[in-house]
Amino acid sequence: MKKELKFVVNGQTYDLWIEPKTVLVQVLRDELGLKGTKRSCDSGSCCACTVLLNGKAVKSCSILALQANGKEILTVEGLANGTQLHPIQEAFLDNWAFQCGFCTSGQMMAAKGLLDENPDPAREEIQLAMDGHLCRCTGYNMINEAIQDAAKRLQTQEEQGGAK
Amino acid sequence: MSQYDVIGTRAPRVDAPAKATGRAIFVDDMSMPGMLYGALLQSPYAHALIRGIDVSAALKLPGVKAVVTHKEAGLVKYGVSPARYDETIFCYDKVRQVGDNIAAVAAVDMATAVEAASLIKVDYEELPAVFTIEEALADGAPLVHDDYKRNISAEVHQEFGDVEAALKECDLIKTTSLKSKRQDCAFIEPQGCIATYDLSGNLTLYSSTQTTHYVQRSLAMALGAPVGKVRVVKPYVGGGFGSKASASHLEMAACLLAMQTGKPVKMIFDREQVFLHGRARHQFVHTMTTGVKKDGTIMALKHEAWLNGGAYSSFGIATVYYAGSLLGGPYKLPNMKYDGYRIATNLPACGAQRGHGGVIARSCWEQQLDMIAEELGMDPLELRLKNIMTAGDVTCNDLDMSSLGMKECIEVVRDASDWKNKKGKLPQGKGIGMACGFFVSGAGFPIYRSETFHCTVTIKVTEDGGTAIVSTASAEIGQGSDTTFAMIAAEGMGIPLGMVRIESGDTDFGVDLGAYSSRQTLMTGQATKQAAENVKMQVLDALSKELHVPVEDMDIKKGYIVFKKDKPDLSALKTRYIKEHREWTDNPSLDDELSFREASRIAFFTKGTIVGTGMYKPPELGGKFKGAAVGTSPAYGCSAQIAEVSVDEQTGRITIEKMTDAHDCGQAINRTSVEAQMHGSMAMGLGEALFEEVKFDDKGRLLNGDLAEYKMPTALDMPPMEALIVESHEPNGPYGAKEVGEGNIMPTIAAVLNAVHDAIGVRIHELPLNPERVYLAIKEYREKNAKQ
Repeated sequence: MKKELKFVVNGQTYDLWIEPKTVLVQVLRDELGLKGTKRSCDSGSCCACTVLLNGKAVKSCSILALQANGKEILTVEGLANGTQLHPIQEAFLDNWAFQCGFCTSGQMMAAKGLLDENPDPAREEIQLAMDGHLCRCTGYNMINEAIQDAAKRLQTQEEQGGAK
Repeated sequence: MSQYDVIGTRAPRVDAPAKATGRAIFVDDMSMPGMLYGALLQSPYAHALIRGIDVSAALKLPGVKAVVTHKEAGLVKYGVSPARYDETIFCYDKVRQVGDNIAAVAAVDMATAVEAASLIKVDYEELPAVFTIEEALADGAPLVHDDYKRNISAEVHQEFGDVEAALKECDLIKTTSLKSKRQDCAFIEPQGCIATYDLSGNLTLYSSTQTTHYVQRSLAMALGAPVGKVRVVKPYVGGGFGSKASASHLEMAACLLAMQTGKPVKMIFDREQVFLHGRARHQFVHTMTTGVKKDGTIMALKHEAWLNGGAYSSFGIATVYYAGSLLGGPYKLPNMKYDGYRIATNLPACGAQRGHGGVIARSCWEQQLDMIAEELGMDPLELRLKNIMTAGDVTCNDLDMSSLGMKECIEVVRDASDWKNKKGKLPQGKGIGMACGFFVSGAGFPIYRSETFHCTVTIKVTEDGGTAIVSTASAEIGQGSDTTFAMIAAEGMGIPLGMVRIESGDTDFGVDLGAYSSRQTLMTGQATKQAAENVKMQVLDALSKELHVPVEDMDIKKGYIVFKKDKPDLSALKTRYIKEHREWTDNPSLDDELSFREASRIAFFTKGTIVGTGMYKPPELGGKFKGAAVGTSPAYGCSAQIAEVSVDEQTGRITIEKMTDAHDCGQAINRTSVEAQMHGSMAMGLGEALFEEVKFDDKGRLLNGDLAEYKMPTALDMPPMEALIVESHEPNGPYGAKEVGEGNIMPTIAAVLNAVHDAIGVRIHELPLNPERVYLAIKEYREKNAKQ
């Protein structure tokens, strides 16, 4: 029997009826058409599908969509402000923090979760926070540098009073 | 200052905005009206006869639109190397591996397709199976393919010079071995595809592939369609590394189902299927004997290799040849003998992975060279420098090092890592090790024998001259090739990168053999350069007629026409341009320089749409002996690497402290892109050195076919990596460029092996270097030393 799922995704309120066993990534991709969130391992082991649930990074393949009921989700589509990229996106772009780009959405969302909690993480703290996010292309160093760069950009933005 | 405006810069990736916003469309993000979903029925047995297949229950399930088996698919044999076409789309007589394909179903949704596949009844008669090289070679062992006697699917016997005679003259002869484990490419995007078929007989496949051209040809051959009726389109691809370099059963099945139903059919591998059909790195067992003179001069190498190839040949012939041929350099080696055997077993088939065929051979030899240096009392780095090849040298197996900055690479990593103050001088448990390697910049010959161009490129200028559209069938799979070709095109036309748009990965754009053997930068790069220069000439030719200035007295730089001699009167031309843009706010002034846009507009008036074409085929390459085609290339990139490690002797756990890598990529087209490839290669090499192993149970079933249990490097495992670009000028490359994608993985494992020895004095001859193996090696070493 379908159940009601009422939640906010990227600032937009949705009211859906879904099968209770549906996982969050299915709803985001297949119901809402938010294809920026990627499905790769379907077993919670690669983190490509990471989104923010009330500000915390979660693997959307491994939680039920109904666990997001009444909560707020942020996906990669909600990062930019119109055509203005989020500092994390700018930093990933400028630091070549991706090659194929398939794990990138998950990496950036986790980076946002991390930087919201810890605005100035050291290299080792980033390694620890990003540990589960598999990437086969970059060797991770450029991602780490991008996150350090994003932290600086966010800091500057805050100092200029334009923090998002 | 650089002679180039675009080449050699650190321009952002052309696909960066799409990828940074989640807008890059991968195949699983696509859907089409009326689209069906396909699922495969795969064998649970490693080796079994097929007595019968009953699809009736599946066909009756509501929502099922088609079920196909070998009856619908036919029995056309296909594969990678025409000499070893040993696969059919579906199995008909027997299955040879767990996961072998029996049937496929198309249904209205994925759940229905999967359920229907489970309703197909197959009557199997299980056969005894072979999983290891030893089992496969044993007397009376069951044959995986009747054609492969003793289960040898390919063998190579080569000798250059006279190895036995040379060994007699040596002062030191050393024999060692190295055994590796099967590896998976483990890209993050599983393979997937959508096939469509229209009533005019046009088949279009959108697929996560590295090689649209080979997929197109395989589909045409196996499905009996003209090549021109088969179009393969590659959307964004989430990594390949070799596994996506040939046509898969998934693609074949999707096309067949689309042809049967007349509807689009989508099929996506789950992660376990990626492991079952990955066709990645073989397991290698190498034994090598090297002879040297007292002064360290390398005289001869005798090499034997055994590869566990799995159930089908795939790239295997090339793999077993590469395993031998890529030892010809980068050291002067006058005598080399190679015997290689690829063995068929009832494990999933193996194929190509980054550093195709050469990685483990290189690792074995580079560890052995360190051992030789130690016995001779030489610095292993000096031993290498003593024997190093330089540009212009040709290996004993006819590989022509038309450019080779190998010596420079060694010197650069030596200095950057402070080698001289560290080698042999670090405290117990800490070590430093080095190794070298080289790789082809594209296979000299296509996989099928042909006189074909390896790539064709067209560049079309929009009628206003505002954008030049580069069209190539080459494959951007994350490595950055679109950016590389956009940059080459911009440089070749003399316009800013922002005026270039690239569309790639579609067989409708021409021929391109695709992303494998590190070929695209050199080969597609040459074709792109030619097309760009062709565009430039056409624009200048039109201008020459209008202005009565010889073409050779003009050039295009940074988007403007350069008049090398007197600047002609441009007012008439400029007036014509401005007249047809009346009331536009961004018209050039009469005093401005003449822009590419204006010139292209004028050229359009006389020539119509300006289309430049380019093509590339390698020059005639050396080697007339059997197998010479594998390893010959227009150019070779090379790397030297230094690993610094610490080893916890209580637990056997290795930590990589730092990697220093220098690579000669010829002229770097995009410096950041080169460094990015160096980083990615090192990460993959470290994974293979320390963790990675695909495991099976005693029935040939996967034990770790998921990304949790298949251990690959994570952010926590990665040390700081220093990527140092060494530039040479490659005469056969576009603007002097050559490969970077695979040469860097060649030294990594050996650098780690040598560093581990420097740290704890132990030599290990089996991979991966997981804590258990290292701990046991330390224990054995200590027990042996205690007895002495």
